[in-house]
Amino acid sequence: MYATQYHKALSLNDARSQLAACDDAKLLAGGMTLIPTLKQRLAQTDLLIDLADTGLGLIEDKGSHLKIGAMCRHHDVETSELVAKMIPVLSSLAGGIGDRQVRNCGTLGGSIANNDPSACYPAALMALGATIHTSERDIAAEDFFVGMFETDLDEQEIVTAVSFPKPDKAAYVKFPNPASRYAMVGVCVAVMDGDVRVAITGAGQDGVFRHGDMEAALADQFSAAAIETIAIDEEMLLSDIHAGADYRAHLVREMTRRAINAC
Amino acid sequence: MTQLSMTVNGQPVSHDVEDNMLLVTYLRETLALTGTHIGCDTSQCGACVIHINGASAKSCTVLAVQAEGKDITTIEGIASGDKLHPMQQAFHEQHGLQCGYCTPGMVMSAIELVETNPTLSEQDIREGLEGNICRCTGYHNIVKAVQTGAQDMRKA
Repeated sequence: MYATQYHKALSLNDARSQLAACDDAKLLAGGMTLIPTLKQRLAQTDLLIDLADTGLGLIEDKGSHLKIGAMCRHHDVETSELVAKMIPVLSSLAGGIGDRQVRNCGTLGGSIANNDPSACYPAALMALGATIHTSERDIAAEDFFVGMFETDLDEQEIVTAVSFPKPDKAAYVKFPNPASRYAMVGVCVAVMDGDVRVAITGAGQDGVFRHGDMEAALADQFSAAAIETIAIDEEMLLSDIHAGADYRAHLVREMTRRAINAC
Repeated sequence: MTQLSMTVNGQPVSHDVEDNMLLVTYLRETLALTGTHIGCDTSQCGACVIHINGASAKSCTVLAVQAEGKDITTIEGIASGDKLHPMQQAFHEQHGLQCGYCTPGMVMSAIELVETNPTLSEQDIREGLEGNICRCTGYHNIVKAVQTGAQDMRKA
């Protein structure tokens, strides 16, 4: 790892002022992507601002929605009784990320700010129509995830929490890469006030996306049979050593089918 | 450099460390606790698993400075004098190791698994050890060892 300075922020305001004062600072959440990237010298930074002690770890029942702090670790979400009661799809999604040690450190805010095209959380945020709260504003999930490893966040902006509306029902199913456990394809299907939303991660060249044609077919008839003949455009899918676009297209349909059946 | 203090295996320790030092490097090179291994460069293998405030973590993916004020337990801290921890004893008895390189991480992960769920099924153990890789592929006896260790930890 290249030399760097470390600062443990004691509040959100402290983190903001440190971020403003340094031209090349990075925010450290759980570090499960950032530290491996730094230690392999794939990235370099003058200052790491640790958000661990900024008080962003609350999970709150807000009636129609659940507000989860950006620094909640995947393990916190996986084991929270409140999450299990209000939006159980989030418990199972968080419990399937990485491995146990990664879940003990990795955070919701870190995951979405990184916007890895194979991360699980973006699918849930898109399917549930979540709102991302930052130090500056609120952003709808649709506007937040811009492209591969790219979000709508400004340089000086810090994710503080995410509000998830409570769905009528929802399920997330992924096909994990056998080595990395990242989603080769992950699909979150949610029914919200009668509307059906299908969000797909791991497959798109521009990261997470919703599939309008499958959503329309499922709004008509909510069953796995309804999506059998819906076209899945391979042109927009990732193709790499793990899976070609044609195989990913197959997985999109299969994971969607399984998610519908799990709803 | 940052002045760093934490508790390691019950002992308070304090050093000036470079901000970019990994926790595993601090444990191995500064404290000479070489039981915690480095097996990969990609945070996947789990040879470096330790406990931070009781929760298992990969010490190659945590900066030493992040552990300020924390309570750290390594493989060296779990036996009572000459008496092995029940999980260590179980790995010994069930031949839960071949080359032994992954073993410290396996044992540390297994202890946390049992502490959080004393009635683990075989499936729970296999899934719970997802973050620990044995390149001798000795998983069969590792699972047996964790089952035995879990029983013995309940008795202890």
